[in-house]
Amino acid sequence: MAMAAGSDVELVSVSKRYGDTLAVDRVDLRIPAGTYCCLLGPSGCGKTTTLRMVAGHEEVTEGDILLGADNITDLAPAKRGTAMMFQSYALFPHLDCTDNVAFSLKMKGVPKAERRARAQELLRRVHMEQFAGRLPAQLSGGQQQRVALARALITDPRVLLLDEPLSALDPFLRVKMREELKSLQSRLGISFVHVTHSQEEAMALADLVVLMNAGRIEQAAPPRDVFNRPATAFVARFIGGHNVMAAKVNGGSGVVLANGVAVPLAAAPGLPSGSPIHVAVRADRMRIGAAAGNGTVLHGTARAVEYFGPTVQLGVDVAGLEPLSVSVTEQSFFAAPVEPGDPVAVTWSPEDVHVIER
Amino acid sequence: MARSVPTDAVAIPLSSAAQGRGASSAAKPRRSSSAPYLQVAPLVVVFLLFLVFPILIIVMVSFWDYDTARLIPAFVLTNYDELLFSPVTWGTYLQTVTFAAITWAVTLVVGFPVAYFLAFHVRSATWQTALFLVCTVPFWTSNIIRMISWIPTLGLNGLINKGLIGIGAIEKPLEFLLFSDFSVVLAYVHLYTLFMIVPIFNSMMRIDRSLIEAARDNGANGWQILGNVIVPLCKPGIAIGSIFVVTIVMGDFVTVRLMSGGQSASVGLMMLNATSLLQYPAAAANAVVLLLLVLLTVAVMMRLVDVRKEL
Repeated sequence: MAMAAGSDVELVSVSKRYGDTLAVDRVDLRIPAGTYCCLLGPSGCGKTTTLRMVAGHEEVTEGDILLGADNITDLAPAKRGTAMMFQSYALFPHLDCTDNVAFSLKMKGVPKAERRARAQELLRRVHMEQFAGRLPAQLSGGQQQRVALARALITDPRVLLLDEPLSALDPFLRVKMREELKSLQSRLGISFVHVTHSQEEAMALADLVVLMNAGRIEQAAPPRDVFNRPATAFVARFIGGHNVMAAKVNGGSGVVLANGVAVPLAAAPGLPSGSPIHVAVRADRMRIGAAAGNGTVLHGTARAVEYFGPTVQLGVDVAGLEPLSVSVTEQSFFAAPVEPGDPVAVTWSPEDVHVIER
Repeated sequence: MARSVPTDAVAIPLSSAAQGRGASSAAKPRRSSSAPYLQVAPLVVVFLLFLVFPILIIVMVSFWDYDTARLIPAFVLTNYDELLFSPVTWGTYLQTVTFAAITWAVTLVVGFPVAYFLAFHVRSATWQTALFLVCTVPFWTSNIIRMISWIPTLGLNGLINKGLIGIGAIEKPLEFLLFSDFSVVLAYVHLYTLFMIVPIFNSMMRIDRSLIEAARDNGANGWQILGNVIVPLCKPGIAIGSIFVVTIVMGDFVTVRLMSGGQSASVGLMMLNATSLLQYPAAAANAVVLLLLVLLTVAVMMRLVDVRKEL
């Protein structure tokens, strides 16, 4: 398996058109070898289509897909060095686990004893050897997923493609399988490309988050970069935990919000005065109470208070702005509790303001 | 976000369990335990009256005695004795089973590709419906008209013979086309292929399309997908279609009589002849034997394939 590692995936201006609708619009992406990459986005954003094009189950309308030194754009799925794990696992219902895993070897004409032995080995790797004789219908969702993983890995793929692999599982199992996928990927050393609509899943798993919207990549970066420096207002809103506010550059050193409140910045925005922008401030960097130093202060009304345990989430209405969401620690909230309807002051420091060009 | 998940997961089962208890305790006093029996009663009555009762009568009559004018209530085994130890019976049964086997094989070979085409190549539901209607064309006329219209097609001076002579393929007309075993099987196939197509199509429509992609992802070519995925998953449909075709052909007498021009025999014809001579007990014994044979055939098919998957 280790021999198979070490191939970059590269998408060069890849588009997919269905009739008049453009599902994927000139996507450029490089996934270095051994990366856990998550394609993230709302439904219909083109992430699954992109994955299926890499897998060879969807024709590429324009552009090229490279794997290592090979152009795989027009190759058959099994000839690409990729393997796909399907959303519903797509296990053959009439075959037991061993025969499911051994399927690709059977297609290659490997003798029965040899392919079954190899399948056993793969089942052992995903801790399913004791279920080798069961049919898929006799397995739980998590067990089915492991068999599907074993079936995909028996082809020694250079890249494993996973289409929403965790969406069929219950929340507890999802977290457990998430850990298993990540540890499997680091053990195998090959790239995993994982499609998901859950930002939480992407943040937890990915080395590289690729956030897509309307057939285009909004941002492709490590999770910390995506969270701390969202490239667009869409990214900031989708990834969550941010308050995105429309604003304008005001002079050389600050911006002014839609309701006229000036927001001091730590560094000059580097944009001409009057340029429309967005500012994003993380919900956990906002505070309730008096401003410290030269920070921004917004006066509003508490709309909702939600208790999450370690944190308390406060919805705040501010005149002339979209509702804000402030996340404060349990300790600081209960030091000065707020009821819905109370007037509150929301503040943040200049270094917590992230400017997004429009 | 993550922390809100466990609370949701706990809350949902609790509340649904509470609802479940509430609903069942509210419903229980009103519904008596006999309600399910009342609900199946109409179907049971219909089955008893129109299926079980007539069969019991037939079984009973099969043990009666008869002479040229009367049925004589009795318990004799002569009907079975005469039936089972007559070489004519064995020949006729062999003929009927042969017809059933050939018809089964041909309808399967014709029906499977048609079902495959409808299920996997015709994408729009409108076209599927339209093409299905085309498949039902043989049923648009009555049996007699259909049989008669074979004559100008297959006869000595019929369309096919004239055509073949016209293009110089043959010198004198082919005689086996009409009033032969060939024409009997042709009529069966013409009529009953639909009964093979529909259940197989049904099985195919249930195959998750991602299974085919998964097979392709695992390196299977078209034929390998057919042999390793589609055919195994269509087995229940093939079994149901086979049961339809075999049982219908085993009991047929009209097609055999008309299409063979009276030259071929069938078990159904045997019974018809017996009843026309008022030998009802003999016909009844024959019916019982045929019924057992058909039930045995169906039992073997059910043994080979788990049809319940389809129901």
